[in-house]
Amino acid sequence: MAITLSGDQSIPAPPLSPRLTPAQAWGIALLAPYLLVFLAFVVYPVCYGLWLARAPSNYVALYHDPIFARAAVNTLIFLVIGINIKMLIALFLSGFFAQQRTWIKWLSVIFILPWAVPSIPTILSVRFMFNPEWGVVNHLIFSFTGDDGPNWLNDPTVALTMAIGVHIWKSLPFWTLILITGRLAIAQDLFEAAEVDGASWWQKFRYITWPSMQTLYITCTLLSMIWTLGDFNSVYLLTGGGPADLTHVLATLGIRYLRLDQLSLAMASIVCAMPFVLPLVYFMMKRLSR
Amino acid sequence: MKLPGASEFSWRDVATEARLLLIGIPVFLWTMIPIYHMFLFAISPKEDAFSGKLWPDHPTLHNFEIVFKQQHYFLRDFYIQFWNSTVIAVSVGVLTLVIATAAAFSISRLKVPGGRTVLNLALFTYFIPAAFLAVPMYRTMGNYGLLNNHWSLILAMVTIASPYAIWVLKQASDKLPVELDEAAVMDGATTLQIFRLVYLPLMMPSLVAIGTYAVLLAWNEYLYAFLLLSNDREITLPVALGNFLAADDSPWELLMTTGFIYALPPAAIYYAFRRYMVGGLTAGAVKS
Repeated sequence: MAITLSGDQSIPAPPLSPRLTPAQAWGIALLAPYLLVFLAFVVYPVCYGLWLARAPSNYVALYHDPIFARAAVNTLIFLVIGINIKMLIALFLSGFFAQQRTWIKWLSVIFILPWAVPSIPTILSVRFMFNPEWGVVNHLIFSFTGDDGPNWLNDPTVALTMAIGVHIWKSLPFWTLILITGRLAIAQDLFEAAEVDGASWWQKFRYITWPSMQTLYITCTLLSMIWTLGDFNSVYLLTGGGPADLTHVLATLGIRYLRLDQLSLAMASIVCAMPFVLPLVYFMMKRLSR
Repeated sequence: MKLPGASEFSWRDVATEARLLLIGIPVFLWTMIPIYHMFLFAISPKEDAFSGKLWPDHPTLHNFEIVFKQQHYFLRDFYIQFWNSTVIAVSVGVLTLVIATAAAFSISRLKVPGGRTVLNLALFTYFIPAAFLAVPMYRTMGNYGLLNNHWSLILAMVTIASPYAIWVLKQASDKLPVELDEAAVMDGATTLQIFRLVYLPLMMPSLVAIGTYAVLLAWNEYLYAFLLLSNDREITLPVALGNFLAADDSPWELLMTTGFIYALPPAAIYYAFRRYMVGGLTAGAVKS
C-alpha cells in the first residue's frame, strides 16, 4: 500500500472491499437514505435528550413537583386499568365481528370510523357534549330529571375516566381488527369437532380460542401499553391536563414542561418513565424473538 | 345443519339474533355518537347547537359557507392551512414510499449485509412512545434550523412511518420467488432494471397500502404538527382547530364544521383503499 503514496497517480484506487459485488453496493446505496433518517431523527434526538436530562438537579425538581407524582399515578391507572379493559373488549368484540352476518359485516365497516378519522375533531366533539352549560348530555339530564347535570370535566376522577374512554373509543377498532385476524386464523374444524362433542360456549373459548390467541393477545396488550404511554391527544384535547393539572399523564406533562421552556425537566420526566417502558420493551423483545 | 323444510322460524335463531343485536346496537351507538354530534353541529345554527337539540329545527349549510368564504377570525387562513395539510401529507406519502421501498428491496432482495439488524433497529423506533420522542425531536429540529418549516414535520412523520413501511414491504417482497430475480439476471438485467421492471410492478398492491397509510398518518397528526409549526400561515388544519380553543367564546359550530371537512378526506381515502389496507397492513400481525 505504501507504494501508492509515492505519487503514482495512474494506479486506480483499490475497491473498498474486494468482496463487495455490484448488487451489494446497490444494497448499501438503497439502504442509506433510511439509515440517514434514522440517525438524524431517532438516534441523535434520543442521545441528545438523554444528555440534556443528565443533571441530578432535574430529578430533585421533579420530586418536588406534585404535578409529576400525580401524572405518574394517572399514567399507571391509564395503562393498567384502561388498556386491560380495552383489550378485553377488543377480544370480546373480535368474537362478535367474526360472526357471519351481513349486518355485522356492515357494522364492522362503520366500526372502523373512529380509527380512520383524525382524533382532534372527534375528541373536541366529545368535549363539547359534556360541556356543563351547553353540552347535549346535561341538556338531556335536565329535560329528564329537571336537575342540572354535573360539571363533568371539572372532577379529576371523572375527567381521567373520560380521557381513558376517549382513548378506548379511538383505538378499540384497530386492536379489534388485529384480534379478528387472529381469530379467523384458527382452524374451523376444531370448533366443528367441539360442537359435535357438545362443548359449551365457555369450553370452546377456554380450550380452543384462548390457547391459539393468547400469544397475539398478550403481544397486543404490551404493544398497546407502550403506544399509550405516548398518547398525548386523549388527555390534552379533552381536559388539557386540568382541572388544576390533576389529569396530566407523562405524555402531556413532558410537552407541558417543553411549552414552559423547561426542556431538561421535560427530558428528565421522560427518563423517569423508563421504569414503565423498559420492562414492557424487554417482554416484547422476548416474545418477538421467540 | 338445517333440515329441508323443517321450519323457517326457530326460537333458537331468534334468541341468537337478539343477543347479537344486544351487542351490535351499543357498539353502533358508541361508535357513531361523537361523529354524529360533530355532524349535527356542522348543520346547526349556533342557537340550535347550543341548546342540546338532537336534530336542529332549521338544518342549514350556512356554517360551511362561512368556512369556505373564510368569514371568521379563526378561519382567515383556512385554504392555506388546508393546502399545508395536503402538501405535507402527500410529501410524507411519497418520501416514505421512496425510502421504504428502497430499503425493503435492499434488505429482502439484495440481502445486504446487516439488513436484518437495520430492520430490527428501525422497528425499535416504535418502542419509544410518540410523545416522548417528540420532546427531543423538537429540540433537534431547532438545532437543524427546521422549526416552523414544513420540512420539519415532513421529516418527523417520515421517521415515524418508515419502520412499519419497511417491515410490511419486506414481508411482502419476501413472498416473491427468488427465481424471478435469477431469471432477470440471466437475461442480463442490471440491479436497477430488476428494481424498476420486476420488483415495483409486483409490489404495487403493498405500495398502495403503504402510501395510503403514510398519507393518513401525516394528515391526522396533531402533536408533532402542533410542536413543530406555529405561524398561522404555516400550520396544518389540526393545529388551526386546536387554536380555536384559545378563545373563551369559541365558535364551536364553526370548529365542528371545519373539523368535519378535515375528517372527510381521510375517511374517504380509507374506504376507497380499504381492500388494500386491511390485507396489506395486518398481513404480518398474526404470524407469531
